[in-house]
Amino acid sequence: MAGIQARFHINWPGFTLDVDLDLPAHGVTALFGHSGSGKTTLLRCIAGLERAPHGRLVVNGELWQDDTHWVPPHKRPLGYVFQEASLFPHLTVLGNLRYGMRRVVGAQRINLDAAIELLGIGPLLDRKPDHLSGGERQRVSIARALALSPRILLMDEPLAALDLHRKQEILPYLERLHSELDIPVLYVSHAPDEVARLADHIVALEGGRALACGPLVDTLSRLDLPIRLGEDTCVVLDATVAERDAAWHLARVAFPGGSLWVRDGGHPLGHAVRVRILARDVSIALHRVADTSILNCLPALVDQLAPDDHPALMLLRLKLGASPLIARLTQRSAAELRLAPGDKVWVQIKAVALVG
Amino acid sequence: MLLTPEDLQALWLTVRLASTVTVILLLLGTPLAWWLARSKAWWKGPVGAVVALPLVLPPSVLGFYLLLTMGPNGAVGQLMQALGIGMLPFTFWGLVVASVVYSMPFMVQPLQTAFEAIGERPLEVAATLRASPLDAFFTVAVPLARSGFLTAGILTFAHTVGEFGVVLMIGGNIPGVSRVASVQIYDHVEAMEYNDAHRLAAVMLVFSFLVLLALYARRPKIGKGA
Repeated sequence: MAGIQARFHINWPGFTLDVDLDLPAHGVTALFGHSGSGKTTLLRCIAGLERAPHGRLVVNGELWQDDTHWVPPHKRPLGYVFQEASLFPHLTVLGNLRYGMRRVVGAQRINLDAAIELLGIGPLLDRKPDHLSGGERQRVSIARALALSPRILLMDEPLAALDLHRKQEILPYLERLHSELDIPVLYVSHAPDEVARLADHIVALEGGRALACGPLVDTLSRLDLPIRLGEDTCVVLDATVAERDAAWHLARVAFPGGSLWVRDGGHPLGHAVRVRILARDVSIALHRVADTSILNCLPALVDQLAPDDHPALMLLRLKLGASPLIARLTQRSAAELRLAPGDKVWVQIKAVALVG
Repeated sequence: MLLTPEDLQALWLTVRLASTVTVILLLLGTPLAWWLARSKAWWKGPVGAVVALPLVLPPSVLGFYLLLTMGPNGAVGQLMQALGIGMLPFTFWGLVVASVVYSMPFMVQPLQTAFEAIGERPLEVAATLRASPLDAFFTVAVPLARSGFLTAGILTFAHTVGEFGVVLMIGGNIPGVSRVASVQIYDHVEAMEYNDAHRLAAVMLVFSFLVLLALYARRPKIGKGA
């Protein structure tokens, strides 16, 4: 049986973790939640760095933990990236990369070379970790995990300790991982933008419990789940570049149920991209508005209405053909427009972010 | 020749004793320090206190108890006799055993501090890189605690060189067997041979200074965690 079946129960003073998850065998699964939600503990339990007193863990059909069975962490074929790069200071970059690889039976040189190439760290190999920037250190630690040829990659907020500039430096490499790796990746994060960019699936954790678990696109657009994205409530859509308008530096990206104009990111026609639309950037009109500066006006169907955190606001889920969209409105606007499920409306989307 | 043959014999014995004790303590003290640094057992406290006892006990008290234990009626003495090894007091190996106990904290405490400073994370990283706990100890913990090992080794060696009370209680004053440099100086003074005492004392003084210089000159680096 492929994928990861993880059931853990921990009851420490002031902290509980109680999850029973079935995670996919492919793609990036984000473990999303605020600090204290149990996401890092869950990852550590999967790695065997923490031992939940009650639990069962099966990865790709291999039993790693149950009541009588325990595979110690160094015998689990995984790669782990810590929040701080945690390179060994007494070894060079190459020494760090080879530390794990040497201990894996059947590890191939080709994986090390591929990891060095993928993370762009070729020029750094002879340096000591002291002489690397924060972003370089984290890239080395990701390559170190990949050089093991792991069957699963676990990443614990690999960007959280970095400033915005360094994050922007690393994100493209993570996106390359996303498209080039064929092993499951568990990615712990509390940053909605990282999740929107990188994840295919999401597990939303709060207070040690999984509130939601499923494909990212579907899960983000569920209004009944209190995933506290707050200001960042959004949907992501997987699309392809369908047209490029060189004169205005725009590209039209098509998704099931419509298409959107976005700033041209330089991607060729047919390239798969991901767009994110924040709920606060979507407004509703009952008729097509003629003279507007907004490029993206699409017909949509009202699907569901739900209250938002603030009593003045509400969230509206719409259907753009097969794709979901969420709009944040004031309660007053919704009442004045008499919005109800099934209504045909026009959505105006003020901003569409190309996230990958 | 500045030093008498007896002086040289005493110095050589001192170096032999200190080296032997340092090697033995490296082997005994390392696992003990590792355990003290990482255990959460309740009896970690009492064990740590016992290890530190020689720091505060007068050497003669320690020597007295060791003499009793290793003597013909002591537990260790009877065991040694039963094994056919013979008695330890007033032999070189008796001195070694006593010095191991006496210098224990000088090995264990710097190592314990160094191991504690490493923290949990590098060992967790090693585990996720397929290193077994023993493998991680030798390839991560030992290199990262390198300066702790150096400090512990130097302190242990120097402290053993400087002991006097325990030696006198356990080893007596047998040339070539238990008459170490500190005892030899004492003999010179007793015999009113002040010139001889001066020369040997000067050797000890210079040695001690050099050892401490080596230790303190390295201090700034320790702070950098190198």
